[in-house]
Amino acid sequence: MADALLEIDRLTRRFGGVVASDSISLDVPKGELHAIIGPNGAGKTTLIGQLAGEIAPDAGRIRFEGGDITGLPTYRRSQLGLARSFQITSLFLDFTALDNVALAVQAHAGHSFHFWRDARTQAALREPARRALERVGLVSRADMLVSKLSHGEHRQLEIAMALATSPRMLLLDEPMAGMGPDESARMVKILRELKRELTILLIEHDMEAVFALADRITVLVYGRIIASGTPEAIRSNDEVRQAYLGEQEQRNA
Amino acid sequence: MTGWLTPRNAFVVALLAILALVPVYAALGGNYFVMSLFTRIVILAMAAVSLNLIMGFGGMVSFGHAAYLGIGGYVVGILAKEGVNSGFLQWPLALALSALFALAVGALSLRTRGVYFIMITLAFAQMVYYVAIGLDRYGGDDGMTIYKRSQFGDLISLSNRTAFYYLSLVLLLATVYLVWRIVNSRFGLAIQGARSNDRRMRAIGFPTYRYKLVCFVIAGTLCGLAGALLANHTDFISPAIMHWTRSGDLIVMAVLGGMGTVFGPVIGAVALLSFEEALPVLIRVSASPLVGGETAARVAEYWQIVLGPIYLLVVLFARGGIDGMLGGVRRG
Repeated sequence: MADALLEIDRLTRRFGGVVASDSISLDVPKGELHAIIGPNGAGKTTLIGQLAGEIAPDAGRIRFEGGDITGLPTYRRSQLGLARSFQITSLFLDFTALDNVALAVQAHAGHSFHFWRDARTQAALREPARRALERVGLVSRADMLVSKLSHGEHRQLEIAMALATSPRMLLLDEPMAGMGPDESARMVKILRELKRELTILLIEHDMEAVFALADRITVLVYGRIIASGTPEAIRSNDEVRQAYLGEQEQRNA
Repeated sequence: MTGWLTPRNAFVVALLAILALVPVYAALGGNYFVMSLFTRIVILAMAAVSLNLIMGFGGMVSFGHAAYLGIGGYVVGILAKEGVNSGFLQWPLALALSALFALAVGALSLRTRGVYFIMITLAFAQMVYYVAIGLDRYGGDDGMTIYKRSQFGDLISLSNRTAFYYLSLVLLLATVYLVWRIVNSRFGLAIQGARSNDRRMRAIGFPTYRYKLVCFVIAGTLCGLAGALLANHTDFISPAIMHWTRSGDLIVMAVLGGMGTVFGPVIGAVALLSFEEALPVLIRVSASPLVGGETAARVAEYWQIVLGPIYLLVVLFARGGIDGMLGGVRRG
């Protein structure tokens, strides 16, 4: 695909006897919100880990904006514009919310070998950070220590940090994990806003959210793609219903 | 932080005033032991402040920091023995070699984490320690006397005890200020981010290894300067200057004083070293009316039994050390 922002080509990763990624091929075009769903242990987080550069694949290639990034370290991918959020909240707990986001801004404002000027008074870092907090509705919490924020606010802050790196693409690993219905609804609203400007790869268990947001959905089971298509196509796909959706509907019933 | 005049800041100012007035007290009372003790305290405080840059702010617990005291000290000692007495040569070389050693140690040890990092930094320090023991020409195990202190022409005479004390104090304060600037700069925030969550730092685009390595080198270099001062202060250099227990002392100073602030280790150094001097005396004086002078003197030899629980109490109940207890502003 010519206009694909992210191209995944036969990506494979084994852990011992378990094939966590089994020759996964997937293209995400610019501007698409692509959701990946699948039961627990399907290899979703392993896939994100490989895309972000934390896990090395055994085989296959990853291309971003046409360039091969398979061998690049994490921080280089971030600098190229591939930003991720974490499934398990991963923040700087002993910093304020604004400090957290300002660090993300700093990471993309040239090198940090500046030893003298007070970084906390630099508008070039603080202003973009404040704007990112505004976009996720956290600006009123800017000066609070992150360890004092609620779980839902942590999830919002995760997104704000990814945004502050001025990414071209977001990799979101279960942004709604552990959220109540109200918080989830707020997150869906935030993601719908972001979707207008950014390409997003979304891993999520919340089916309501996935079907509300996604342009295309890929279903992963035991490390293999069993289906990929529009939400309507996925909803009516027999194999998917059997492997995943049906199972969940039964459980929900 | 509202209001500048907090109890903590009042304490810091009082401590600085005491440090500034030590030579006056020594001159009035003719008590040069106090002056010598405080020169030592000021120099080791500098080493502890440098250690805290990597340990408190960077999360890199180095158990080999005394090695830089040794390197700085031996550069001064060896050059003096070989007839090179100019401080303009000795000190820059002491700094340069400390930096180089820190670069080598950091480049390898920063690839490890946790206990392994602690053990590798200790191992490197032990290597330097044994190299010093092997230097027969420079006294080997016994060390050697430095007959002439570093010469700075007409600028300052280190043989003048008061001048030397004030030089050490000024260098300590300069170190504290420098570290304070660093900690609040972009570089400092990157370092603290890496302490807090290294993985996340890489995910948002920081090559953390580089920043940590540079930080490690800065800390080692500053400690090398403390080593050059220490050798001049004692007029003597031996491997004992970098015995691993000295590295432990530096860690204790930082933890006791408070790792969360730049100034904490200074408080820790003053507290630890003055306890060490004062406790035996205190025990002897307070015990002698009860058990008689001779027994009291023997009891006083076990002063560490009193010091141990004091550490424990501080570590258990004051997570930010003495500075934290006083309400020192955390991190910065």
